[in-house]
Amino acid sequence: MEALFHQIFAGISNGVIYASIGLALVMIHQATHHINFAQGEMATFSTFIAWALVNSGWPYWGAFFATVAVSFLGGLLIQRTILKPVEKAPVLTNVIVFVGLLVIFNAVAGMIFDHTIKSFPSPFPKDTGIATQYFSAHQFGSVAVMLVVLAALYAFFRFTPIGLAMRAAAQNPDSAKLVGVRVSWMLGVGWGLAAAIGAVAGMMVAPIVFLDPNMMSGILLYGFAAALLGGIDNAWGAVIGGFIVGILENLLGAYVIGTELKLTVALILIVGTLTLKPDGLFGKAVVTRV
Amino acid sequence: MPELLEVKGLNASYGATQVLYDMNFSLAQGQITAILGANGAGKTTTLRAICQTVKTSGSVLFDGQQLVGKATESVVRMGVGHVPDGRGTFTALSVEENLKLGAYVRKDRAEVALDIERAYTRFPRLKERRNQQAGTLSGGEQQMLAISRALMLRPRLLLLDEPSFGLAPLIVAEIFRIMRKINEEEKVSMLLVEQNASLALGLASHAYLLETGRIVISGPSEQIRNDETVRKVYLGY
Repeated sequence: MEALFHQIFAGISNGVIYASIGLALVMIHQATHHINFAQGEMATFSTFIAWALVNSGWPYWGAFFATVAVSFLGGLLIQRTILKPVEKAPVLTNVIVFVGLLVIFNAVAGMIFDHTIKSFPSPFPKDTGIATQYFSAHQFGSVAVMLVVLAALYAFFRFTPIGLAMRAAAQNPDSAKLVGVRVSWMLGVGWGLAAAIGAVAGMMVAPIVFLDPNMMSGILLYGFAAALLGGIDNAWGAVIGGFIVGILENLLGAYVIGTELKLTVALILIVGTLTLKPDGLFGKAVVTRV
Repeated sequence: MPELLEVKGLNASYGATQVLYDMNFSLAQGQITAILGANGAGKTTTLRAICQTVKTSGSVLFDGQQLVGKATESVVRMGVGHVPDGRGTFTALSVEENLKLGAYVRKDRAEVALDIERAYTRFPRLKERRNQQAGTLSGGEQQMLAISRALMLRPRLLLLDEPSFGLAPLIVAEIFRIMRKINEEEKVSMLLVEQNASLALGLASHAYLLETGRIVISGPSEQIRNDETVRKVYLGY
């Protein structure tokens, strides 16, 4: 029984990471109807920046917020320079750009920071009162950090004029232009936010899985599964999907298929969702008049 | 009266298909002008050309400033409100959020809040449904919302694309009555596109008749109403 609880709690703390990567995917998908395959590698690169800052003597939280800010600007810059020219191009063009970004970020991370596996510090002290036998302090802390991020995002989209403009631009770009919203910049801000969320997720997961240029490639798959399972158009769905994927992955890994085949869970969920319920658990069916 | 909008030699095209040919017209400050024409004559495209959502050449002067070549967002920021074809509702957002978006480019928050209240006074039904998803509104209510949203900009020129489209006559009458009131009380100039010629001529002081992308008749509404071709083809008596 104790082992079962342990697996579930570990699943929750993984799930919150998948939820945030899934959320980053959903954000870009809502605005552009594309899946950013480079989301994971961008997050890894951000984590390397944080690692470099910490290693050069920055305090952890200073490095943390600097990394989030740099990632936001980086995401914005990528959208403005690389994706804006292909904004109106066919989907396949965009997919190729995403794959290109993925390869570039992966290679550049390896080039600058090399491929040896690095340990990444956790900001949460090892022995505190909140750590229990089920939940390590880092797991507890990363869940808390991700929940703060989710709450901040919710508040941003719900209560700020820019958040409202972004929702409008994602939903009805033509009409958004007619009220003066600079739609193309809203996409840029969306990319910036997605990159910033990815950076937080990367920094939270790195102490557990260790840092190397391929750190996020598996996690991106889980995040993708989370987004699809929840419904690729539904931000809340992605969050709930993340927790479901995290818990399922841990339980199946521990009791059914073994830890080596855990990633299969994500793939099965992706294929299963796409064949059985393509709109996901909470997504709206998309109907197009032809 | 000074001209607020002056269109000269305006051409517009969708890809390789040219839709508007050498259009010339103007609109005086404070005036309501109607553009009439059948389906496919280029009425909607005329409005789209003014706010630069379609490829255009020629000249569109708004208060002396050239609009051709500007981004749509910049045209809007200069004070051109648009009630688009299909109403442009943000269906998943609430009624109030739709109104707030209309004032997106304004910085005077307190005044915006007052304008939202003003919109609710004008169309009480929007107030009843302020927290409802705009997509759940009826066609008439969505048209009221579209007009209110465009007015939130405090535009100097309001472009209206077939506000009567698909609505019951009673609702149309109410909407046109309120449009006249807005024009008289708030001095908003309007360029109105309509298929319903008698309705449009009743509201506008000037009108242009469009046929396959060209202006064929223009003049004061009274004169257009008495024109024999217009009477036979568009008014049907």
